[in-house]
This record gives sequence, C-alpha cells and structure tokens, in this order.
Amino acid sequence: MSELQKRQIQLEVLRYNPETDTAPRYQTYSVPCLEEWVVLDALNYIKDHLDPTLSYRWSCHMAVCGSCGMMVNGEPKLACKAFIHEYKEGQIKVEPIANFPIERDLVTSVEDFITKLASVKPYLIPKEDKPVSAGEFKQTPAELKKFKQYTLCINCMLCYAACPQYALVPEFLGPAAISMAHRYNQDSRDGGRDQRQEVVASDEGVWECSFVGACSEVCPKHVDPAGALQQVKVASTIDWYKEHLMPWMKR
Amino acid sequence: MAKSNKPIFWGLFAAGGTVTAFVTPALVLVTLFAAMRFNMDMFTYETIHAFAAHWLSKLIIFGVILVSLWHAAHRLRVTAHDFGIRADTVVAYVVYGLAALGTLMTLVYLLRI
Amino acid sequence: MNSKPYVREVSKTTWFLSHPRYQRYMAREVTCIFIMAYTFLLICALGSLADGPDAFQEFLNALRGPWGVLFNVAVLAATVYHSATWFNVTPQAMPIQRGEEFVPGHLIVGAHYGVWAVVSLIILVWGM
Repeated sequence: MSELQKRQIQLEVLRYNPETDTAPRYQTYSVPCLEEWVVLDALNYIKDHLDPTLSYRWSCHMAVCGSCGMMVNGEPKLACKAFIHEYKEGQIKVEPIANFPIERDLVTSVEDFITKLASVKPYLIPKEDKPVSAGEFKQTPAELKKFKQYTLCINCMLCYAACPQYALVPEFLGPAAISMAHRYNQDSRDGGRDQRQEVVASDEGVWECSFVGACSEVCPKHVDPAGALQQVKVASTIDWYKEHLMPWMKR
Repeated sequence: MAKSNKPIFWGLFAAGGTVTAFVTPALVLVTLFAAMRFNMDMFTYETIHAFAAHWLSKLIIFGVILVSLWHAAHRLRVTAHDFGIRADTVVAYVVYGLAALGTLMTLVYLLRI
Repeated sequence: MNSKPYVREVSKTTWFLSHPRYQRYMAREVTCIFIMAYTFLLICALGSLADGPDAFQEFLNALRGPWGVLFNVAVLAATVYHSATWFNVTPQAMPIQRGEEFVPGHLIVGAHYGVWAVVSLIILVWGM
C-alpha cells in the first residue's frame, strides 16, 4: 500500500486570548495535508495533534451551515470550501472574518449580524389573515423562481467581511440582511414589504450600499446579494416617486 | 430610522449613468477629433449653431447634460465618502450645488442660442 | 461572551488599496470626476455657441492645444470604463423574468453593447 500524497503546509493562524492578550498575534503550524484537504481539515489536524487550544467554529464541513467563515490569505472563505491544492505556495494565513470583533482566536462576535437580520422581519407576513382551514398558499413555479435564489443564503457572513461599506460604516444593515428582506418581498405569499421598508429604505439600510459587488463575488452559495440590493434600490426609488408624485395612490 | 431621501438623487444617478454609458464615449470621440483638428469643416459655427438652435436639439442637449451632471454629482458624493471624507452633508451641498450650477448655466445658454 | 473582544481597525482613506477588487471599484467610481469635467466642457461649448462665432472660435482654439487632446483622451478612457462596468452589472440590477426562467445575463449585456455601438455610430456620423 503506497502512502497517500501529503504536502507540508505552513498555516499562519491568528491567535487571540482575551484573558491574556492585549492584541492578536500569529502562530505558525506545519501541517501534513492530503491532496484533497480543505483548510478546515488542516485546522482540525492542528486541534487534534498540535494545539488543542485553537478555537474556531465549524459544523457541516460541506458548505451548508455557514459556521466556518474565515479570512484565508486575506480572502473571505468557508474553511470547508478552501481547498489546500489551490494554495500552491504552501503558505496559508488564516484569520477571523473581517469586520467583526474577535472573541477568541478565529471566533468572532456575530451579534451585530443577528440583530440586523432580525430587524428586517425575515419571515412571511401574509397579505391578509388566512386560517388553516382556508387551505394552503398556492404558488406557481414562476413565482417561486422569482425569489428562490435569495433563499439559499446560509448566513455565513462572508459578504459582510467583503463589504467595504460595512467595514467603514458599522451601522450599515448589510448585504445578507437586505437580501433576506428582498427574498420575502419577492415572495408572492408575502405582504410585509411596507413594514420592512422602514428599516431597509433608511440611510443605514440599502442606501449605504455603493454597489461594490464584493459581496456577490465571495458568496459561496451564489445568492448574488449585490443584485438583490440594486433591485431593492430600484423598487425603493419607484416607491419614493409614487409617494411624492402621486400621494393619493394607496399602495 | 426614517426613510431616506436618497432615492431622488439615486434615480438621477441611475438615469444619468445609463445615458452617459451610451452617449458619452462617442461624444468624447467627437470632441477629441475636434481637438486633433480632424474634419475641421464640420465644426463650423454655422453647422453646429443650426443644429443646437432647433427646439428638439435643445431638449435633448438639456436632458443629456442634466442627467450627466446629476449622475456625476451623486457618484462624487459617494466617492468622497470612500476616500474618507465624512462630512456628507457638506459634500452633498457642494456636489449637488455644482450640478445645479451646471443645470442653470445650460438652461441660460440654451435659451440664448 | 467575553469582556474584551478585539476590534480590527480599517483605514478610512486607504482601505481600497488592500485588494484588486477594491482598486477596480475605486477606478470605476473616479470616472465621475472625468464625466463631471467633460460635461462642463460641453456647457462651455454651449456658452461659446450662445456668444457668437468669435467666442466659438476661441473655444475651438482652446480645445485644440495638447491639453485639449490629453483631456479628451483621459475622459475617453474613463467613460469607456464607466460604460463597460455599467453594462456588465445591468442583469444584476434589473433581472428580466420571462415565464419561469430569467433572461440570461449575457444576452442583456450583449444587447446593451449592441445599442451602444449603434448609438455611437449615429453620434459619430452626425458629428463628422
């Protein structure tokens, strides 16, 4: 039986212990990696064999839970989707996702994102009360297709890590939260758009976005939050003109 | 959080961005050729004045210049912020003031042609 | 939850230098400086047109120096970059759903480039 091909990779990992450190530092580990490994496998190897004190979040290892977002060589990535073979130089820098406070090592505080996500009312608000006895909501395939893409978000926050406006203006509602509002606004079963607009159409909402597009570039599920935000801008602008030029029109 | 008033500026930005994307490169080529002294007999006062004097031309010229000004102004506002200038209200007055000035000048000149 | 989360600072003035993606974004954004300047050039042209043949000739003379050529070349580069970046994102901002499917992005973009070519041709033929 031949030995499986292994490559020695240098992982430079950010460490931060709030109990003892005043600032983060980097620690380098030498990890024997199999060809098909991802960065998460290397981190697990470190934890299992080299340094059990390393803290990081992960769960599914298949890019559906959104837990393992990290900066890998400066790029927002899911650690379970960052393949070792892509890093030909064999030097990989691993840091917590940008624009979030570091709790410990690679673990960040997600509180800001969760608060913002909740603020857009990310749930169906039916147009009118419909008792269960009245039957199910019916939806054509075309109506489903209209918002399907935006349901794929796994809340990994890579888009927040990539967004320079979120980096510069921490009050910004952000790509994923606004895309989630858009997902429900586009859903034919929903009637809650007006309620969401209070938050979404504010200065700290969609209008902080300048269409850098970095969010869509890094999104591992191809949600295209940048597209969602531009569509929200268009809809909000049409709203504004309707409100101001035709105030007698009931929406 | 109150609803923003950004839509009015963004609407003009979007309209201007679309118009400038389609027409400005060719317009620049025309002025570039004028600058390089190409085809000089086309740039006579009589030809160009005759074109600009027509009411439809004036409407088009005004429309194109209007949206170009307000597109550039809004983008300037955002760009200033991206370069670290945080006094957004001041910047807004400056850039939109510039666009308003340009709009006024265009109006005056077109009426005099 | 710990009492000492570490916040990493981001420079408000040089953040865009850190990644080619942000550099390209800023390049796109600063095209507005050139478009604003060029629009005022057009306004000056209108002003000289309104003032009569002598004023217009003065305007043309000013345009014909090396600075005039340089300015127009710079604006041309900026405005072409603006056009390309604008057209390329149109499908994201305005998706078109026909029946169940969405019109493929490259068709929408291609149509924009097509119209751009036609409009440019019309302007050039008129201007020359």
